[in-house]
Amino acid sequence: MKQFDRASFGWLGLLLLSVLVLPWYRGGDLGASALGEGLGARPWLLPVAVSAVLLVGLALSVADWRRHAAILPLSIAGLVLMTLQGFAIGLNGPLMQGISSIYPTAAQGQPGIGLGGLLTGLALLGLISDALAARGFCRGERFAAACVVIIVALLSLFVFFPIVKLGSAAFTDADGSLAIAPFLTRILGADLWGLACLTSRYSCGVVINTVVLGVLSAAFATGLGLALALLVARTDFRLKRTLRAISILPIITPPFVVGVAIIVLFGRSGVVTAEVADWFGVRPGRWIYGLPGILLAQVLAFTPVTFLVLLGTLEAINPTLEEASGTLGAKPFVTFRKITWPLLRPGIAAAFLLAFIESLADFGNPIVLGGGYDVLSTKIFFAVVGAQYDLGNAATLAIVLLALTLAAFWVQTRWLGRASYVTVTGRSDAGLAAPVPRWVRVAAIAAVVPFVVFTLAIYVIILFGGFVTDVGRLDLTPTVSHIWTAFSFEIGAEGLRLYGSAWDSLITTLWVSALSAPLTMGIGILTAWLVMRQDFFGRRAFEFGTMLSFAIPGTVVGVSYIVAFNVPPVDITGTMAILVICFMFRNMPVGMRAGMAALAQIDRSMEEASQTMGAGGARTLRDVVIPLIRPAIFTALVYAFVTAMTAVSAVIFLVSARYNMATAYIMGRVENGEYALAIAYSAVLMIVMIACVALIQFAVGRRQLGRRTELQGAAAAQPAE
Amino acid sequence: MKDMDSVTETAIEFEGVIKRYGDAVAVNGLSLSIRRGELVTFLGPSGCGKTTSLRLIAGLELPTEGRLLIAGRDVSRDPASERNVGMVFQSYALFPHISVLENVAYGPIIRGVKKPQARDKARTILDQIGLGGLHDRLPSELSGGQQQRVAVARAIVQQPDVILFDEPLSNVDAKLRRRVRSEIRALQQEFGLTAVYVTHDQEEALAVSDRIVVMEKGQIAQFGTPEDLYERPASAFISSFIGDANIIAGKVQSGRFIGAGLDLPVPGDAGAATLSIRPERIVLAAGGTARIDSVTYLGSRMEYAVTSGGLALLVSRPITEPRFERGDAVQLQIDQAGVTRLD
Repeated sequence: MKQFDRASFGWLGLLLLSVLVLPWYRGGDLGASALGEGLGARPWLLPVAVSAVLLVGLALSVADWRRHAAILPLSIAGLVLMTLQGFAIGLNGPLMQGISSIYPTAAQGQPGIGLGGLLTGLALLGLISDALAARGFCRGERFAAACVVIIVALLSLFVFFPIVKLGSAAFTDADGSLAIAPFLTRILGADLWGLACLTSRYSCGVVINTVVLGVLSAAFATGLGLALALLVARTDFRLKRTLRAISILPIITPPFVVGVAIIVLFGRSGVVTAEVADWFGVRPGRWIYGLPGILLAQVLAFTPVTFLVLLGTLEAINPTLEEASGTLGAKPFVTFRKITWPLLRPGIAAAFLLAFIESLADFGNPIVLGGGYDVLSTKIFFAVVGAQYDLGNAATLAIVLLALTLAAFWVQTRWLGRASYVTVTGRSDAGLAAPVPRWVRVAAIAAVVPFVVFTLAIYVIILFGGFVTDVGRLDLTPTVSHIWTAFSFEIGAEGLRLYGSAWDSLITTLWVSALSAPLTMGIGILTAWLVMRQDFFGRRAFEFGTMLSFAIPGTVVGVSYIVAFNVPPVDITGTMAILVICFMFRNMPVGMRAGMAALAQIDRSMEEASQTMGAGGARTLRDVVIPLIRPAIFTALVYAFVTAMTAVSAVIFLVSARYNMATAYIMGRVENGEYALAIAYSAVLMIVMIACVALIQFAVGRRQLGRRTELQGAAAAQPAE
Repeated sequence: MKDMDSVTETAIEFEGVIKRYGDAVAVNGLSLSIRRGELVTFLGPSGCGKTTSLRLIAGLELPTEGRLLIAGRDVSRDPASERNVGMVFQSYALFPHISVLENVAYGPIIRGVKKPQARDKARTILDQIGLGGLHDRLPSELSGGQQQRVAVARAIVQQPDVILFDEPLSNVDAKLRRRVRSEIRALQQEFGLTAVYVTHDQEEALAVSDRIVVMEKGQIAQFGTPEDLYERPASAFISSFIGDANIIAGKVQSGRFIGAGLDLPVPGDAGAATLSIRPERIVLAAGGTARIDSVTYLGSRMEYAVTSGGLALLVSRPITEPRFERGDAVQLQIDQAGVTRLD
């Protein structure tokens, strides 16, 4: 009962402070609060201030205020009033009809919300969650209730609101009026669905291109992934360790650089092209630009993902099934065809869909290697940053891309959810996995060897290409000139001075990654804990909503953020905050999955024990949960950090002259043909990433801490891998 | 269900408590009161709502409807952390990353006791419970029985209003169970704790409890002392769940039960009746119309399946009595004390 009061006064005090003192608007002065502005030129803020003051007054005057009937409606009313005024009056005046007749001064408009507005919203959400918890929400657990309410609010603001805005942008024309007909023309146009490529030399519609690329890329990547998985899980193939190592590389590889390396190899003046031209006397062509090039790059990039999915499926197959088949007299080939293969099918479908979705969302490879082959993500990009700025068109294309991705996701969750035969029981069954038949092994090796050789070639170029004069023309004289262009510095009388053109973007990237990684991890792990351990109304919808944010392709997020956050009430484009927020919500599902997997391994009664001993949710999380899921925290942190350093599709829309990101800078270099510089910078990025990961590992501590639990009784925790 | 002759303070009161999960009803209108200082067991098959009832007391679930009072205070909407209960979990749920001492001191520290004093408290209770010298071990370095005692120490260190046991013996070796359960009972009596105990093992329930709540489908099937339940079962469910029972349908006419080849004196109204007959209250003698169908040797006793006038009966006899073989003709004598009229 003691903590109870402290926490309550926290929210009430915050509400009072933010409404009465803190600047409501961005860039405002102290005292230009909701009350101050409301009494002055912006009377529409008065209802917010008044309801907040009423709320605090009421809470202080009644005994058990959290259960008082008026608190919940009043808090909600405050939040609604605040939201309404924000959207009713824009930067340059009223946005909602009739608002001028209530507030004549609305014509002067209002800027975006600042600290006061932000904290008022937070305090109101906190009060709502407190009142809900008093009514049994989240089993009365206040910390969990607050987390649920605040995360739902954040998801609404940073995931759903932008998508809704994007939808409305597709239906409005340049002057802001409703335009259905242009939307219909755009969405049904031949540039989307045209099939001209089948019958003529003209190219097909962009949707057709995207889907064809996705299907081919997913098919090749799944085949290769399967071959790799079979070799690793079911044979004594020598390159096992190498394969596992290679599968991690794409995660830390900056975008574009694989495309650049492919151009260096196969471009018109590429290394291989030149050799082939010499030997066979063919004229060097531009065949790599377009579908073949993108396909090559995507297969290289997605194979590790399909490999990991299929390896998981293979390892989950109970070997006793295959042994049983063997004891019944089946030959290895028959066992493979009748037992292993059917059990693998759901995994294959999952891997295929995953690669398909990745291909739809891919931006980096098509932009470098696309040539005349347009896909949705690049088309969206050019509609926003290209010569003819057409937000309506970008929004329409983004909606098509979103619909395609969601359809693939829907198939994945609905259809595959049921089709999976493999039940994960936690304990691996005894028995030895059956070796694959010889012809399967031969076929797998035949597929894998070129892949490995090719990957190694690409990474040799990436690692050394930046440090020789011209890797493309095989001029291998070592040089630091490229790296010096990017990262020149001087230590003089005024201390360290950084001249290189890439320093700004590198420093911004490090800042954004360092800021977003812990936030992403935090919100992801917290959400995982809520979904796995709390019981509240709407939990399923909550889980679905968080996963949905992962399904939205980066380019769609980028466009939707521009549409949503360019204008008040939340105008944050051009700041570092929008970059951090973008990463936070795009990557939170990964932290969430890591957290969920770790929590599934931990006996929840440990948390319940902590609760019965008097610890609230926050204390339990700190003292019990976090020490036990440290490996998941490490995974989430590393992933969030690395993704923030290498992501491009969403941030390319959100970078500004002041806050440029490394990937955007590299893209600029690639567009200018400065391949060596791009490669050099990529190599530097990779080294920085590896160093940072080592640093995080050092900071988070020993990874196998969870293992001690292994010794406990049968129902106790299993180690979290 | 209130016992009028012993007016003691009520520790826990359920008032029409209902717990639903979506459409499923786990606890359906539970009303009962538990006195201070007694050990009450919730007994029943899996899915009967016994564990949910325990978790409702702990605050790990909140009732959908109804009220729950602990020590006279309505806690229906209070989370676990704001109640004063101790709980011993099935898996013990010791924190694996901190020492035994820290595990026990955790609760007092959370509740605001200064760390040195909390550790002193923990040391005292650990010594009392026979775990002196193991303070600095990690839970994983203890045996199962020791782990369980740490769990109990952790639950009682804060002098809770009630201590809850969720199937505490299910992770204990079969051989140790008898000892551990009498330790729990001794501890509960020594510290004068109000305890609620959940198990699906009827023998365990009979051994440890002052009173037993038998639950079926989220409702109370019977609430009483172990003797009440065994000797005066309220339904066929109770009599076959607690111990073994032969359930026989027939008719009562002028004070005698007639049916299935039996003729027994049974008090009560005339009409259709169901009887419960305990297998150990049926005495076998050589010669007669009944026949032994099968014989099971159980070490301390013999079990016979007997057919008498088309009626199949289970009979249990001490090993010390003369034994019968399969096919023997026997005569049945039924002890009145083992017969209960149900319905």
